[in-house]
Amino acid sequence: MKSTMGIIMTGGKNTRLKELSNIRSSSAIPVGGKYRAIDFTLSNMVNSGITNVGIPAQYSYRSLMDHLGSGKEWDLDRKNDGLFIFPPYLSGEDTGWYRGSADAMYNNLTFLKRSNEEFVVIAQGNCIYKMLYDEMLEYHLEKNADITIAYREMHDLLPDELLHLGIMRVSDNDRVLDLQEKPLHPEAAIGSMGIYILQRKLLISLLEECNAHGNYDFVKDVLIKKLGVLNIYGYKFDGYWRNMSTIQMYYRCNMEFLNPDIRKELFIDCGKVYTKVKDETPAKYNEEADVRNSIVADGCIIEGQVENSVLFRGVTVKKGAVIKNSIIMQGTVINENSSLQYAILDKGVVLTSGKHLKGEPNWPIIISKNIVV
Amino acid sequence: MVRKEIIALLLAGGQGSRLGTLTKTVAKPAVLYGGKYRIIDFSLSNCINSGIDTVGVLTQYQPLKLNTHIGIGKPWDMDRINGGVTILSPYLKAELGEWYKGTANAVFQNIHYVDKLSPEYVVILSGDHIYKMDYSSMLDFHKQKKAEATISVINVPLDEAGRYGIMNTHENGKVYEFEEKPRHPKSTLASMGVYIFTWKVLREYLLRDNDIQDSEHDFGKDVIPMMLQEERSMWAYKFQGYWRDVGTIQAFWESNMDLINRIPEFNLYDPDWRIYTPNPVQPAHYIGSNGSVKKSLIAEGCMIYGSVRNSVIFPGVYIDEGAVVEDSIIMSNSRVGRDCRISHSIISEKVDVGSDVKMGMGECIPNESKPGIYNSGITVVGEGARIPAGTEIGKNVAIDMDACAEDFCSQVIDSGKSVFKGGVCE
Repeated sequence: MKSTMGIIMTGGKNTRLKELSNIRSSSAIPVGGKYRAIDFTLSNMVNSGITNVGIPAQYSYRSLMDHLGSGKEWDLDRKNDGLFIFPPYLSGEDTGWYRGSADAMYNNLTFLKRSNEEFVVIAQGNCIYKMLYDEMLEYHLEKNADITIAYREMHDLLPDELLHLGIMRVSDNDRVLDLQEKPLHPEAAIGSMGIYILQRKLLISLLEECNAHGNYDFVKDVLIKKLGVLNIYGYKFDGYWRNMSTIQMYYRCNMEFLNPDIRKELFIDCGKVYTKVKDETPAKYNEEADVRNSIVADGCIIEGQVENSVLFRGVTVKKGAVIKNSIIMQGTVINENSSLQYAILDKGVVLTSGKHLKGEPNWPIIISKNIVV
Repeated sequence: MVRKEIIALLLAGGQGSRLGTLTKTVAKPAVLYGGKYRIIDFSLSNCINSGIDTVGVLTQYQPLKLNTHIGIGKPWDMDRINGGVTILSPYLKAELGEWYKGTANAVFQNIHYVDKLSPEYVVILSGDHIYKMDYSSMLDFHKQKKAEATISVINVPLDEAGRYGIMNTHENGKVYEFEEKPRHPKSTLASMGVYIFTWKVLREYLLRDNDIQDSEHDFGKDVIPMMLQEERSMWAYKFQGYWRDVGTIQAFWESNMDLINRIPEFNLYDPDWRIYTPNPVQPAHYIGSNGSVKKSLIAEGCMIYGSVRNSVIFPGVYIDEGAVVEDSIIMSNSRVGRDCRISHSIISEKVDVGSDVKMGMGECIPNESKPGIYNSGITVVGEGARIPAGTEIGKNVAIDMDACAEDFCSQVIDSGKSVFKGGVCE
């Protein structure tokens, strides 16, 4: 891809993800049996030919750092460029804390200045979608835009899920007329995907200006304020897209992975999705296993019944256990004769024998990491 | 540079001709095994798990897949500045170019590789076997016995001993005689093809062996007997655990099937002794609403809409609705069409089985053209073959690599027949 670098924003504290985000940033939330949310955006960048990626990380980033490592699995352990993770730091002028998305980038302005790519793609780490940024860049050039924002018609989102998005209004030729960040009463279902393309030099000057005015947020203080001044265009995306904004959305997205068309779009079309390798053995099914319409990752040992569920790596399902409509994360053990229905079990949970947990379709029960039930 | 105490030399040049079409274009160590691995992964993982990070891999027969697989050793954490994995292929020299003439000659031709690292000890391995072994305990034994050579042995049943190289030892474990495939075995200790030598001693013997005109330059036949004759200190190190030479179709199939037992004798789930292999980059597998999987291993990226029983399925395999797969091994990225019945078959990589195909049914007649290879009732389909819809295939059938519709002269391929690419129909 023509001289482009990437920045992935990893977001702040998200209480709507409840227990799942207590210990991790929403970008590091496990999805689809073996991935973490950020794998999708990062793989999109790699598949678009971007080899210089910066990731400012602030909230609960230990698991994110652990996951990304040196970027080996994404082929980003490079001599030139590669993967850079930027936790906040103290210095002469800085407070050592990112006060917003623009502030996070401003604090790492050296990275932007030192890079030599002409364009920057800024994207969010907590969204699940497959997109090649090349086409968006072509569109950006064709429109002679200063900034291009990817948007999508979010008719498949529930009304209260729209509350967590930036809502846009675009003209017939896709010029962005209005952008409202998380409005209380969304006027339309056209939502920003949080993906922006602009020239690196323009980004640097916008960030410097924003900081000089004492502002910190990229959407509110840069994009919205420049709507009338700069050529800002919308780029329409028609594919599958979800953001990890609420537990309901998280649950729904995982269940949607069971749909073959969505799996094809995410995993087969336009390149692979890379993630950290765990060197697990293939999943083992014993005689009693009865698994239907489910995703099962390597390292699982299954002797029970599993239906409409997502099993992450190394999950053990013992005899007589029944799992339905649930998400079971890495290393969890479901013992004999227990049952789960509409449940999300975080990593390393142990469900002892004969226990029954049941949530509701729109309110799945959540068990936090390493809990023994 | 930190000097290496021990390095490994892995002999990976063997063809494994008794594996038939499975080794037509790859060396035996590169054959797929156990739902995601290649056979060589076990020796390489044993090395790194035993703390040996410097491995020379000696290749000769069809090395392309092996070389690609090993690369710079990343999956085994052997992409090192100091040490790591080195592929040692036969090469031209000023006077003459030559192939590796035997196992000892292969090491002899790479003396300069070992000399440069100048280790105290070398462990010689073959990339042909399925086992987990801590070479560092064997090295401790070697040092404790002040041995010049230590040979790892495993107890085999007396009636099978004649198929192996047998070590005859004193009570204390010191070896006094080595017999290759003896008719009347005196002991049941079979050599596993894992040797630790004190490098100085081995080096001297390799040089001497090279000068002997009628030597076959083989460790088992020449070097070890010569050392014993001269009463060098050679010890047998008893290994207990799972070890298989998957050299025949039958042994290969059985060893794969060993993995699907409830508590497999060979445990691949030990987090302290992982077996590493390159990452296939596939999503977690999916079992469809009408799919069913029992007593099987299923790897990443598979999509199972039919039913699978007693089988080992590699990454990226697609099994369509109504298909039934039993007692079979299906390798990476193959596809089994609607309503197929597959039984007792080994299907290689990237094979396309059309719908309504029946395979592995009928009488158990040994293969007519290669009765020595295909005789245990297992049908083998070579890499990239395309089997036309509705074909009925018997037992002990061999289907050549890349065979396609025109190569099938009939809808029915009886037991013991073969299908050759571009060849004459049988």
